[in-house]
Amino acid sequence: MTATSHQAAAEPIVTLERITKAFPGVVANDNVDLQILPGEVHVLLGENGAGKSTLIGLLSGLQQPDSGSIQIDGTQRAINSPRHALSLGIGTVFQHAMLVPTLTVAENLLLGGPWWERPRKERLREKVDEISKSLGIAVDLDAYAHDLSLGEQQQVEILRALIRDSRVLILDESTSMLTPKGIEELGSLMRRLVNRGLAIIFITHKLNEAVSFGDRISVLKLGRKVGEIGPDRFKSLDKAELTTQIVEMMFGGQHSEDDAGFHKPNPLSTAEPPVLVLDGVTLESTSTAPGLNSVHLELHPGELLGIAGIDGNGQKQLADALSGQSRIESGSITLNGKRIETHSVGERRDAGLRYLTDDRLGEGTVSTFPVSLNFLLKQIGSPPYWRNQIERRADIDQHAEHLIQDYDVRTPSAHTPVGRLSGGNIQKVLLARELSDGAKVVIFNKPTYGLDLSNTVSTRQRIRDIAASGLGVLLISTDLEELLELCDRIAVMDAGTITGIVENGENARTEVGRLMVGLSQ
Amino acid sequence: MGSLFSEVFLGALLFGAVAAAVPLLLAGLGEQISEKSGILNIGIEGMMIAGAYFGFLVAYSSGSLWLGFLGGALAGGIVASVMAILCVRLGLNQIVIGIGLTLGLEGLTALLHHVQFSRTYPRLPAADVLAIPLLSDIPVLGPALFRHHLIVYLAVALVFVMIYVYRRTQLGLNLQAAGDKPAALDVAGVDVVRTRTVAVLSTGALAGIGGAYLANIGAGIFVPFITNGAGFLGIVLAMLARGRPVWVLLGALLFGISLSLTTALQVAGINIPTDVIQMIPFLAVMIMLVAFGRRSSLPAALGIPYERGAR
Repeated sequence: MTATSHQAAAEPIVTLERITKAFPGVVANDNVDLQILPGEVHVLLGENGAGKSTLIGLLSGLQQPDSGSIQIDGTQRAINSPRHALSLGIGTVFQHAMLVPTLTVAENLLLGGPWWERPRKERLREKVDEISKSLGIAVDLDAYAHDLSLGEQQQVEILRALIRDSRVLILDESTSMLTPKGIEELGSLMRRLVNRGLAIIFITHKLNEAVSFGDRISVLKLGRKVGEIGPDRFKSLDKAELTTQIVEMMFGGQHSEDDAGFHKPNPLSTAEPPVLVLDGVTLESTSTAPGLNSVHLELHPGELLGIAGIDGNGQKQLADALSGQSRIESGSITLNGKRIETHSVGERRDAGLRYLTDDRLGEGTVSTFPVSLNFLLKQIGSPPYWRNQIERRADIDQHAEHLIQDYDVRTPSAHTPVGRLSGGNIQKVLLARELSDGAKVVIFNKPTYGLDLSNTVSTRQRIRDIAASGLGVLLISTDLEELLELCDRIAVMDAGTITGIVENGENARTEVGRLMVGLSQ
Repeated sequence: MGSLFSEVFLGALLFGAVAAAVPLLLAGLGEQISEKSGILNIGIEGMMIAGAYFGFLVAYSSGSLWLGFLGGALAGGIVASVMAILCVRLGLNQIVIGIGLTLGLEGLTALLHHVQFSRTYPRLPAADVLAIPLLSDIPVLGPALFRHHLIVYLAVALVFVMIYVYRRTQLGLNLQAAGDKPAALDVAGVDVVRTRTVAVLSTGALAGIGGAYLANIGAGIFVPFITNGAGFLGIVLAMLARGRPVWVLLGALLFGISLSLTTALQVAGINIPTDVIQMIPFLAVMIMLVAFGRRSSLPAALGIPYERGAR
């Protein structure tokens, strides 16, 4: 935090005024004001869906705002393409690497030159040498992009922005795929860059990164800017006070009238022996996804255990490891006292483990099959509904009619292709299928994602009922409100590790929130 | 069977191979440009037949083969511009549009031919041959390889031009980036739609010239469906060669040989049904696909329309 005095008086390079951008069904940015000043690391903080990515899209020319104005150096501008953004001095390092894997580093850096010119590799080499020396980073110009680590690719992209003489550098969740050491290095690189007079917009989920790397912090929530901490306040507060204030901005003050509030934990739920135990469950990470790092969880009958965390921190991997779609490398999964980690998907189902995927149409159902067959998708060919591989139409229909009534599936008939139903009704078909006969543990992955309000409410009620009937329920969700409303306990995942388990209660929101942004309880 | 190895047979086989290879080479090099940029251009057969018809029309009415090639390039380019608007700008399905263009233009050119030429069947005089001094005097090989129209040599030279473009120019970088990771090209400040449009139009022009060659020099006449799958063979060549122009040349020669076997075997007086012989190039395709096709990796974004900011 070394904002020097002459920078304090500097004019903003970019000014956003009352920026609004809506997509079908959601207002991604709602009247956002933002000023980007030279010599400052401006941190944008917010949960999934807070509107950070949209704001970056607007600044980098990928999208245009519906209303509001963007001023560059005090002049109003419409940034209508990435090329235009670059020419205005705004360089972006996107969350996902934006290098062509089959080209070398040099060729990647040369992309965007005038097409009629020969690529000038020598001139590039000089320029890169000059910049990388003064910043203390090293890149191999002749290496292919696909051979670089994610950290190295990021450095190349930062270099690209600097070669283009960018004055504003946007780093979109750049630390999410980096090692702790890589994050440190990026932090000191940002400091060196702003000391040269650059402006940096740094987007992150992690509070400690924001506090240690930033000069100014803006917090976005559901598309709105809910607070800003300027350099003066930043300097006058110590880390703990700063953190408390930001957590309050991000997670506090959202108890409104229609908010169901938190769910009182069921005191009986932990009394019985656990029905599902995960011990040391480990899965290797890949270049695009985190693995699982020695996950330990216990789920008791009748308990609703939530898994919280920023999207992409291993939730999908956990679900796959439990359902049997990927084989774990070490550790054990015990269901009702029996080890099941080597069982196939079907065997786990027979043992009483049921999984409701977030990909309802892709993974969960065959959309062109009728509702009646989708109920039996995992038993096709076996008795009593098939005898000698011949389907018994009457029995299948009767079974379907029962389930349609029990679960209130709104379908024209049992023979309607499931793909024609609404999302909420497909959810019901899945539930009916998974909960019939012998379920002991049910895993929900983002069960209300993409559902409208009334279906969300009824799905949540149904999840509650399932737990109340004595089944163990594991609820994976990125929606903190949902978890607080339903769960007895909430475990938080961060980079494939369970960083803490919080008993639901009055302080659960803050505690889970702190864990989600990488702070300890 | 002694006649199989006679000078006459070999000469006719090689000369025919080169003549048959040229339109395949042009189509293959053209298709390669589109594929490099991420567009699977199945309309190339239609672009070729449009070039064949219009190239013939221009050459016949002007008396100039070169104007004929220009007309062929123009016609191929116009068909390609339809493809560019529908598939590149609007992002419609490349396979459906490609097949539609091919079928549509085969029908249209057949109809136009019927209206204009079905009574007269006009022919063009044999094309001027440019014999390359010294080389053309080599026995057997000389007349077979070095006594062709100038456009043949230009087509071969284009192979090396394309190597230069792909390896050494900014345009080459842009094309490869558009095919392998268009979003990266876009954020680097290059318009993906424009890059792919240039690629598709170049494909159309080259395919059109290839079509004009088929009609004006290969046959000296336009007949409906004259391209007879040459554009599709070009697609196969481009797929097998991936980004390498030299492979297109080698592949085109191989196909050229199998195509010219049809005539050469007749010259040699060997009695095999022509239907069987005409299957040879397509058998060759399958053999080549089995031999090399599994290893060829295609651009990652081939066939996928680019939409800015799509998640």
